[in-house]
Amino acid sequence: MEPIRDIAVVAFAQSDHRRTSDEHSEVEMLLPVLHEVLDRTGLRAGDIGFTCSGSSDYLAGRAFSFTMALDGVGAWPPISESHVEMDGAWALYEAWTKLLTGDADTALVYSYGKSSPGSVRDVLTRQLDPYYLAPLWPDPVALAALQARALIDAGETDETELAAVATRSRASATANSHAQLRGSVPQGDYLVRPLRTGDCPPIGDGAAAVILAAGDRARELCERPAWIRGIDHRVEAHSLGVRDLTDSPSARLAAERAGAFERPVDTAELHAPFTSQEVVLRKALRLDDSVRVNPSGGALAANPIMAAGLVRIGEAAARIHRGESDRALAHATSGPCLQQNLVAVLEGDTR
Amino acid sequence: MPEVLKAPLVVEFPFTRSLGPVQSAFLTGLREQVVLGVRTADGRTLVPPVEYDPVTAEELSDLVEVAPTGTVTTWAWNHDPRRGQPLATPFAWVLVRLDGADTALLHALDAPGPDAVRTGMRVRVRWAAERSGAITDIACFEPYDGPAAEPGGHDGRFEDMVTGIVAPARLDYVYSPGRAQAAYIAGLAEHRTVGERCPSCHKVYVPPKGACPTCGVATSEQVEVGPRGTVTTYCIVNIKAKNLDIEVPYVYAHIALDGAGLALHGRIGGIPYDEVRMGLRVEPVWTEGGRHPDHYRPTGEPDADYETYKEML
Ligand SMILES: [Zn+2]
Repeated sequence: MEPIRDIAVVAFAQSDHRRTSDEHSEVEMLLPVLHEVLDRTGLRAGDIGFTCSGSSDYLAGRAFSFTMALDGVGAWPPISESHVEMDGAWALYEAWTKLLTGDADTALVYSYGKSSPGSVRDVLTRQLDPYYLAPLWPDPVALAALQARALIDAGETDETELAAVATRSRASATANSHAQLRGSVPQGDYLVRPLRTGDCPPIGDGAAAVILAAGDRARELCERPAWIRGIDHRVEAHSLGVRDLTDSPSARLAAERAGAFERPVDTAELHAPFTSQEVVLRKALRLDDSVRVNPSGGALAANPIMAAGLVRIGEAAARIHRGESDRALAHATSGPCLQQNLVAVLEGDTR
Repeated sequence: MPEVLKAPLVVEFPFTRSLGPVQSAFLTGLREQVVLGVRTADGRTLVPPVEYDPVTAEELSDLVEVAPTGTVTTWAWNHDPRRGQPLATPFAWVLVRLDGADTALLHALDAPGPDAVRTGMRVRVRWAAERSGAITDIACFEPYDGPAAEPGGHDGRFEDMVTGIVAPARLDYVYSPGRAQAAYIAGLAEHRTVGERCPSCHKVYVPPKGACPTCGVATSEQVEVGPRGTVTTYCIVNIKAKNLDIEVPYVYAHIALDGAGLALHGRIGGIPYDEVRMGLRVEPVWTEGGRHPDHYRPTGEPDADYETYKEML
């Protein structure tokens, strides 16, 4: 189904993603990113029709932590604003639906996360089912390792191939000045076997922001807008034991509904924090070797929790802005072992 | 730039959760060393049981007992157990499909090392010595060579059902307040109150957050404000807060420090509570070793004119 209005990503900015940012509060980390994304379009904070953000109180260790960050967008006098306790990719989805309604012509989407104040492996156990899973404190590396073992047992990959995913991602990231892990990174010791440190994302702090605009407004603000041809997100059962961990039917369905399979894409930005998850997603999203996967380095090079998915959409859009891609797929995930998946298909005007 | 301030921040809750009929039966069963699953309309048995079919969303309630023995469907070796995890010694995380079940349960497997674990291996439940009706009533799984155990045919009805769990959770953080608030806190240590002026609208924010919420721009110019200020509005507190050593009633007020663009909060002392008024001129009172003013007291100056503080109510 064709969207009822043309909506595009017209600007993208991100912070340098770093292990710690304790000299800056969240809003201090976010402000330069907001200013950069506004500067790219010439818009001012007060010009934006709708603002939507993504972040997590559990990362911050404080209730309603997102309200502090609102100081960065000039929220007085009152603005039209919303927040998701999710990765910013889902905030972008909300902003996209808002623009579809015609209530606004521009939207600012931002997200941020500081993993450095706490232990992100412990913090993320708190997103699990509180009756059967959370009391056991299974951390995200452990759950990803169960998925990796299932893939290896199914003959879909092996540790050598996983290491190659890590090496390729961090080699690609040498061209990305914002990335946290770049170049040659040792595959390291087992963290939770079969996953080694090299199979896992760096832990760090970061922020990202995107501006969306509709129709002619997008053409005014950007030389080559990245039109969102389709976007969809799907979820599967929370319980790992009822799912086939070697597949991602929710990612496949989201991609189908976003129109990803109608024509080939040339670029894919996948939010696969673990090497094994790239194996699952390549299959589910039918990406062959002709597609440039994660030219930014992906989440293995920088994984600011709550922003890494929005960064994927931003990186894909920026390649279209620069003329390095004509049709790109961007993916974001949330929850244990790729439980929730969002897919957006972006296109530039024909050259 | 002052040194980065850091302080431990512990967030700890005993989450109290009620159970629906299916979870209640399952967790009560664990207390009684009975493992229950729930049957779907198409004849699958889900363990652990859920209240709604993950495929059809149909409500489920047909409880059936399964065996405490089963097969590992996937595993991961955890050589460095973390706080709260089922075993303190190295163990394998496992998904186990119990005999009689069609889905797998996540738990820990006690094994001597990764070489002793493989997908397809047979395991059985090791029960916790003390059980209360929680997933941790299964202490872990252990390797098992024997035949499948015969389930007892329990229907999930018990006397004295477990209807809720208390799930304690603790997360440890190291909190850093950031540049602007760190400067504010550093100033307070010298009994100075330091705000920041917005470069766009020139308002002075105290305490500063590093951003002007009206203009959406960074603030950085530090401005000392006070120490004196004006009560802009106030309330009389009549209920004693837990662990607070202040006699009620007392007055809590918004105080616009001289030079500040907005009011901050503080307690008013040194004056009967019913004599506090808008426009009252006050100054901070510091206690020995205090990190912020203990309270504000009248300066004795004439009251401020309403026009001078009406924008800061
Ligand atoms: Zn201002």
